[in-house]
Amino acid sequence: MMSRILSVIALGILSAIGHTAVRAAPADLRDLDQVMGMLAMRQHGRVEFIEQQFLAVLNHPIESSGELRYDAPDRLEKRTLKPRAETLVLTGETLSVERAHGRRVMDLHAYPQVLPFVESIRATLAGDRKALERLFRLDFAGGVSRWTLTLVPLESKVKQSVSQVRIDGAGDQLLKVEIRQPDGDRSLMTLRPSTLP
Amino acid sequence: MNVRRARVLIVWLGCVAIAILVVARAHYITDLSAFLPAHPTPTQQLLVDQLRDGPASRLILIAIEQGDSASRTRVSTGLVERLRKDPQFSSVNNGEAVAGQRDREFLFQHRYLLSETVNAQRFTAAGLSDAIRETIDNLASPAGLLFKSLLPRDPTGELLNIIDQLGRSPAPESHDGVWISADGTRALAVAQTAASGSDSDAQARAIDAIRAAFAAAAGESPQGAANSVQLRLSGPGVFAVAARAKIERAAVRLSIASSILVVTLLLLVYRSLPALGLGLLPVATGALVGIAAVALGFGAVHGITLGFGITLIGESVDYSIYFFVQSRQAAGGVAAGSWQQSWWPTIRLGMLTSVCGFASLLPSGFPGLKQLGLYSISGLIAAALVTRHVLPALLPAGFAIRDVTPLGLKVGALLRRVQDLSGRTILLGGAVLVALALGVLYHDRESLWNRELSALSPISTDEQNYDAKLRADLGAADVRDLVIVSGPDVESILRGAERAARALQSLVDGKIIGGFENPAAYLPSMATQESRRSSLPSAADLRANLSQALQGLPLRADRLQPFLEDIEATRHVALVTPRDLAGTSMRAGFDALILHQKDQWNALLPLRSAVAGGTIDIRQVVAALKDSGVDEAQVLDLKQESDALYGNYLAEAIHFSLAGFLALTALLLIALRSPLRVARVLAPLVLAVLTVAAGLAIAGVRLSILHLVGMLLIVAVGSNYALFFDRQANSAEAGDEALTLAALVIANASTVIGFGLLSFSQIPVLVALGTTVAPGTFLALLFAATGFRAARSAHA
Repeated sequence: MMSRILSVIALGILSAIGHTAVRAAPADLRDLDQVMGMLAMRQHGRVEFIEQQFLAVLNHPIESSGELRYDAPDRLEKRTLKPRAETLVLTGETLSVERAHGRRVMDLHAYPQVLPFVESIRATLAGDRKALERLFRLDFAGGVSRWTLTLVPLESKVKQSVSQVRIDGAGDQLLKVEIRQPDGDRSLMTLRPSTLP
Repeated sequence: MNVRRARVLIVWLGCVAIAILVVARAHYITDLSAFLPAHPTPTQQLLVDQLRDGPASRLILIAIEQGDSASRTRVSTGLVERLRKDPQFSSVNNGEAVAGQRDREFLFQHRYLLSETVNAQRFTAAGLSDAIRETIDNLASPAGLLFKSLLPRDPTGELLNIIDQLGRSPAPESHDGVWISADGTRALAVAQTAASGSDSDAQARAIDAIRAAFAAAAGESPQGAANSVQLRLSGPGVFAVAARAKIERAAVRLSIASSILVVTLLLLVYRSLPALGLGLLPVATGALVGIAAVALGFGAVHGITLGFGITLIGESVDYSIYFFVQSRQAAGGVAAGSWQQSWWPTIRLGMLTSVCGFASLLPSGFPGLKQLGLYSISGLIAAALVTRHVLPALLPAGFAIRDVTPLGLKVGALLRRVQDLSGRTILLGGAVLVALALGVLYHDRESLWNRELSALSPISTDEQNYDAKLRADLGAADVRDLVIVSGPDVESILRGAERAARALQSLVDGKIIGGFENPAAYLPSMATQESRRSSLPSAADLRANLSQALQGLPLRADRLQPFLEDIEATRHVALVTPRDLAGTSMRAGFDALILHQKDQWNALLPLRSAVAGGTIDIRQVVAALKDSGVDEAQVLDLKQESDALYGNYLAEAIHFSLAGFLALTALLLIALRSPLRVARVLAPLVLAVLTVAAGLAIAGVRLSILHLVGMLLIVAVGSNYALFFDRQANSAEAGDEALTLAALVIANASTVIGFGLLSFSQIPVLVALGTTVAPGTFLALLFAATGFRAARSAHA
C-alpha cells in the first residue's frame, strides 16, 4: 500500500516535470514569483541526491548519497544511505539527526549557523519567498524553464557558516544546490527524480 | 450538693486550663509527614527523603498561556532571565542556551577526561582510524559541519560524544528558541528551587518570586498582546503550598459555616441562649482536650488532625442535645438527677462503642490516623464527662428549653406508618437491601478501594491532569523511577553511579527503559578520570599510531598537530572536581542528582520509560543491577512505593476497623447481655454502612481511607441512636417516646448539617468524610427507627 502511494507521488512529480519543461518566459522577478508559485503548489516531493563536500582540511572530497523528501508546508527529510545511514529531519525549527546509535534533536535557534544549510532548500521547495528573504538576499537569473537562484545570507551569524547558496532548477524541479562557506569549503548536491523503492 | 457542684466545676476548669496551656505550647506541623510512616523501612526512608528533598520535590513547572506566540516567547525569556539571577533557584530552564560559551569551553577543555569513549583502545591505530572516519562522515551533515573547525584539535569527535552523553534526554518542542507545549499554546519553563520541596514556606516564597518576575516580564513587553498572557504553575511544591492554603481556607470556612448552621438549628430548637451556650461546652471542651491529648501523646499536632476537629462536633453536640431534651420533664423544668440515672448509662454505652470504633485507628502506621484516633477518643470522653457532670452543675435555676414534644410526636406519627407494615415485610426489606448492597459491593470488589496515595491529595483531578500534561510536554521531568546509589562520600557514589549506569545502558539498548540521567555523566569519578588520563598515549606513541590510522583517510597528519598538543597537555592536567563545574550549566544538573544527608551521600539516576507515559518494569532494572554486581544501588518506584505504603495503611486500617467492630460487639454483649438485642442494635448500623458504601460505589466513587474513617463515624454516631431505641424497647421506665425521637432527630440533623457541608468542599478527604457520614448517620437513624418499630409492632 505504502509503496503504491509513493509511486503515485513519484508519477505526479514526473508528470509535473513534463508539464513545466515546455514553458518559457522572460527573465525577471515575475519569473521568480512564477517559479515560487509552482513550487508552492506541490505538496510532496521526493528526489535522489548525490552530495560532494569539498573541504580544505581533507585531501579529497567526501561523497554521500541518498534521498530528499519534502512535505508541505515545512517538513524536509534528508535520508543519507551512503557512506553511513543518517536521517535528518527538519520540521518547523527543529532539526533531528538520527543515526544507527541514536538521535539528536537540535533547535535551530540555538544553532543559527546550521540554518542556511537546511532552510535554503526547504524554503525553496516550499516556494516560500518570504522565508527566503528573511535569511537571504535573493538573485534570480534565467527563466522559468531553467533558472538559477542565488542566496546570500543577510545576518552576520549566518554569514559565518555560509557565504552563498546557489540553486539551479528547471520549472518546479531543483537540479543542483551548491553551498559555499566563507573559508572556501563548499558542497555540491545534485538532484534527480527518485528511483529508490 | 453545692460542695459537690463546686468540686466538679473546679476539676473541669482545672482540666480546661491545663488543656489550654498544652494546646498553646504545642508544636503544629503542616508538612506531609502526616502521610508518611512513623517507623519507615530503609526503602520507605528513601521514599520519604525523595518526597521531602529529592530533585522531583523541588521542581516548579511554569506555563505561560494566552496572548500570542510572540508575547509568550518574550515573557518566557524575560521571566527566565530574572529568575536565573535569583539565588532561590538552583536552575531555571526554558530551552534557551545558558552560558553556552562557558559550557562549551569547559567541556572542550576537559574532553579527554569527560568523554565516555576515551580509553586506551581509542588511541591505538585502529581506534583512531575508526573515530576519525566517523568524524569525517559527520562532516557530510550540516550538524557535523559545526565541528569542522574543531577537527584539527578534536579529530576523534570527543566534544560531540560528550554533548551526546549529556543530551540524551528528549528535548521538549521549541519555538523561537523557547520550549513550548506540543500543541503550541503554551510557553514552558522549569525552575528548580534551592530549598527542599517539603519546606512549604520556602516554596511559597519561590512561587511569589516567579509571579513577581512574570509580572515584571509581562509589564515590560509592548502593551496589548502581553497583557493577556497568563502564568500557570504546577509541581509538588506548588501543590503543597496550594493544598496548605486550601485546607486552611476550607477548614476555617467550613467550621464557620457549620457552626452557624448548627447554632441556628439549636437556637430554633432550644429558644434559649443559655442552653445554646451550655450545649456547646461539651464540644469545646472535647476539642480542646483532644488537641491537648494529641500534643502530649505525639509531641506535635498535624494540621490534618486540627482540620478534622469538625468530625467531633457531630457526635459531641449530640450529648448535650440528649441531655437537654431528655431531661426535660413534662412540668417544663429540668431534672438532671433523674436523667443521670435513667439516660446516662445509655449515652455512656454509646460513647464507649464510639471509643471502641476510634480505638481501631490507634495502631495504624499512619501518624495522621493515629492522631485522629486519639483526638476522637479523648475528645469524646471529655465531652461525655462534661455533659454528665458539668452541665447539670451549671444549669441555672428555672432553666428550660422549648418543649420539643410536638416535633417528637410528628416524627412518631411518620414512623407509625411503618407500624402498619408487618415485621416480616421490614425484615424482608432489610434483607433485600443487604443483598443489593452486597451485590453492588461484590460486583465492584476489584475497584472498590482506591489504593493510590493520590486519593488523599487535596489537588483536584483537573490540576493533576494539567500537571501530567505539562510533564508530558516537558519530556523527562517526571521523576517516578529512580536508581539510588548511596555511599559515604561523593567519589564512592560517583563510582557506584558509573557501574549502575553501565547496567542501565544495557537496558536502554534492550529498549526496556528509554534512558536515564546520571550525575557521573556531568562529572565522572576521580577513578574514571584517572583511568582515562592514564590511557592517553605519549606524544611519540600517538604520532606513530596516528600516521598508521590516517592511511586511506583523506586527512594529513600534519593538520592534526593541535590534537597531539592537547593530548599531551591533558596527560599532565589536574582532574576535574565538583568545584570546577561552577559557572557552567552542568553544575545545576549535577547538584540536582546528588543528595547529601547527614553523613550519607546519594547519587540519583532517574529513569525514563521506553515510551512516553509508559511504565518501567522495575524487576528488570533490579535484576540488571544485581547481575552487574552493583550492590549499593537501590531501585525506587516513587509512585508504586508510595501507593504500596498507602495500600498498607488502608489494608491495616480495614483490619483494625473490623477488629474494632468485634470489640464493639463484645462490649454490647457484655452491657446488654442479649445477643438478640445486640443484633438489633448493630443491624441498622451495618445496613447503613453497607448502603452508603454501595451508594458510593454506584456513584463511581472509589473508597479511600477517609471513607473508612467515615464508616467508623457512622457506627460511632449511629450506635447512640440504636441504643436509645433499644432502651426504649427494653426499659420499663422508658420515659416519653416523643422526647427521645425529638432528641434523636435534632442530633441527627446537626450531624447531617455538619458533615453535609463537608461534601461541598473542594478537598477530596473532606468530601469523602462528608459524603459518607451525612447519608450514613441519617440512614442509621432511619433503619434503627424502622427496625425497632417493626420489632415492637411484631411484639404487640
